[in-house]
Amino acid sequence: MKKEITIREVTLESGIPVKPVYTPDDVREINYTEDIGAPGEFPFVRGIHSNMYRVQPWTMRQYAGFGTPCETNKRFKYLIENGQDALNVAFDLPTQNGLDSDDPRAFGEVGRVGMAVDTLKDMEDAFDGIPIDRISTSLTINPIASIMIAMYLVVAEKHNVPLDQVRGTAQNDILKEYIGRGTWIFPVVPSVKLIGDTIEYCARHLPRYNPLSVCGYHIRESGATPAQEMAYALLIAKAYALHSINRGLKPDEFLPRFSFNFDIHGNIFEQVAKFRAGRRLWARITRNELNAKDPRSMMIRMIAGGGGGGLTIEEPENNIVRGAYYALTSALSGTQTMALCSYDEAYTIPSEKAALISLRTMQILSEEMGLCDTVDPLAGSYYVERLTNEMEKKITAHINEVEELGGIVKCVENGHIQRQVSYQAFQHEKEIQAGKFVKVGVNKYRSEKKGSRKVALYKYNPRTVKEQIKRLNKVRKERDKKLVMKNLGILKEKASSSENLMPHILDCVRAYATVGEMTGVFKEVFGEFKEPVKI
Amino acid sequence: MSEQVKSRVLIAKPGLDGHDRGAKVVAHLLIEAGMEVIYTGLHQTADQIVKAALEEDVNVIALSILSGAHIPICEQLLKKMKQAKIGNKTVVVGGVIPEADARILKKMGVKAVFPTGTRFEDITGFITKTARTTAEVTSIKTKPR
Repeated sequence: MKKEITIREVTLESGIPVKPVYTPDDVREINYTEDIGAPGEFPFVRGIHSNMYRVQPWTMRQYAGFGTPCETNKRFKYLIENGQDALNVAFDLPTQNGLDSDDPRAFGEVGRVGMAVDTLKDMEDAFDGIPIDRISTSLTINPIASIMIAMYLVVAEKHNVPLDQVRGTAQNDILKEYIGRGTWIFPVVPSVKLIGDTIEYCARHLPRYNPLSVCGYHIRESGATPAQEMAYALLIAKAYALHSINRGLKPDEFLPRFSFNFDIHGNIFEQVAKFRAGRRLWARITRNELNAKDPRSMMIRMIAGGGGGGLTIEEPENNIVRGAYYALTSALSGTQTMALCSYDEAYTIPSEKAALISLRTMQILSEEMGLCDTVDPLAGSYYVERLTNEMEKKITAHINEVEELGGIVKCVENGHIQRQVSYQAFQHEKEIQAGKFVKVGVNKYRSEKKGSRKVALYKYNPRTVKEQIKRLNKVRKERDKKLVMKNLGILKEKASSSENLMPHILDCVRAYATVGEMTGVFKEVFGEFKEPVKI
Repeated sequence: MSEQVKSRVLIAKPGLDGHDRGAKVVAHLLIEAGMEVIYTGLHQTADQIVKAALEEDVNVIALSILSGAHIPICEQLLKKMKQAKIGNKTVVVGGVIPEADARILKKMGVKAVFPTGTRFEDITGFITKTARTTAEVTSIKTKPR
């Protein structure tokens, strides 16, 4: 008697059905040279470098920062001593929202999820003794990225590092902040203009600095599918590029310095296909629509990290294992830089121990497992190549939908994208609760044992606020008040013009104007964003 | 008293935390469960939340906090609610809330804590029950009139 076999149906988060077996028939239409190409060659499906990790393994850049700048400085040094080769600065929420530490709206948040920065003095202390000529630094800040870039540049000046030697990246992607993450301040149009200022300034003066990192990451974390994540990120990158071209920059003057930040959690093959398809699409968009000529303008250079969205609050140690698989996926995707959310990040910012485990995870993968030996090792797999094509179709469909509705800027202003993403988040949560997508320890194999959520956590130090406000007041007392007022006045005057504001922000920073003062000037001139709250 | 009691819920994002995935998922959930939902959007001060709760005449205020600042934020909001004489409205909190902190919040006057991973039916169940109790209390109070 034959037993009836039922084959489980599988549909990826992006809505693509998966067959149990793939064969040469699935890749018959692919033309290797045109559709895939060698690594390091258009359309960069296999990655942006011809020998990839054989020349240089991915950069390891854990997100870090908390408390006062002096505490953060210690963590930076700890990570560098343990082999990390780049920094990624976390700022607290008041700083990210352009508020001084003594602003009433900063209440309860000073130094909590990142370090507090009020003036140049804080950045000086955070980077004290750090070799910024050798370390590349990422600044995770958006609406006022221009101010933080300026602070970092002045610190570099003080370390006698010439501008053309400064390496690093500012996140500086405001459009995604309206979709997810939520640190927006000003309305959409002037916010994009500020980003344009930084792109232009970097194109002219900072050949080794990435003025922005377009983030699919937070869009995905907010609930988007992997296909939506890539689609919206590419649309956002294109919006900044078009803005820059409209101000008179040539595509090849700035596109080579564009960088990207993507999320990894969920199905391994879906993520790998997302990156391979995304690289192909961006290569074609930049060449065919933006008229780029330099191959470097057509490459997605990225940080792809293990996303917090995949981690669970239940049995937190399982997150160490998840992080390792995310790192593996990231390596298989040809990332340039990697970061992992640590196992305790479903609770709070990582403890020193958790941060070190994340770093070790990447080092083990890089140096013990053979992931750096050959480029794009999954290429040629019937499944992965077919899935890359299917993902490309999905991503393109999402792109076209937004373009038909008037483009990404309009769809963010009116909340269309936000509604798409939150609806998707709700649907996915329903599917998790129904057990359609398994989360081990959450909706399957759940332990009701007491203590299954126990974990040693980073403890917020409530003294931080007092210390930070004391630091701020000291700067306020010692600085040349007249010069501050004068430079803020000029900044205000220029903010209503179309002039590039970077030189004027730099002058304010050098005079120790506070983050709140400079943001206040922008608020007066630009106004504030009105969030579309319709669900 | 067999008629359906409709819950009116204010979903608020206090403070500077911009992570609104959970708040919006719960908004969708409650709307689908037939409740009336008012979503404040991000970056709300305690005063703005109290004002919205008064204006919208909600019976439940649901806060979503993921930055870790839930204790100072709730302390401040509950104080302001008392001052505005709406201390009787039910406050629930969702987000990244460690177990030990959940106990502190409940002692403070928060009626329920829904940390990440809470089952949907636990949220809708609690709010429906609360709405029914509040409605009963209100109907007793208003009987003499």
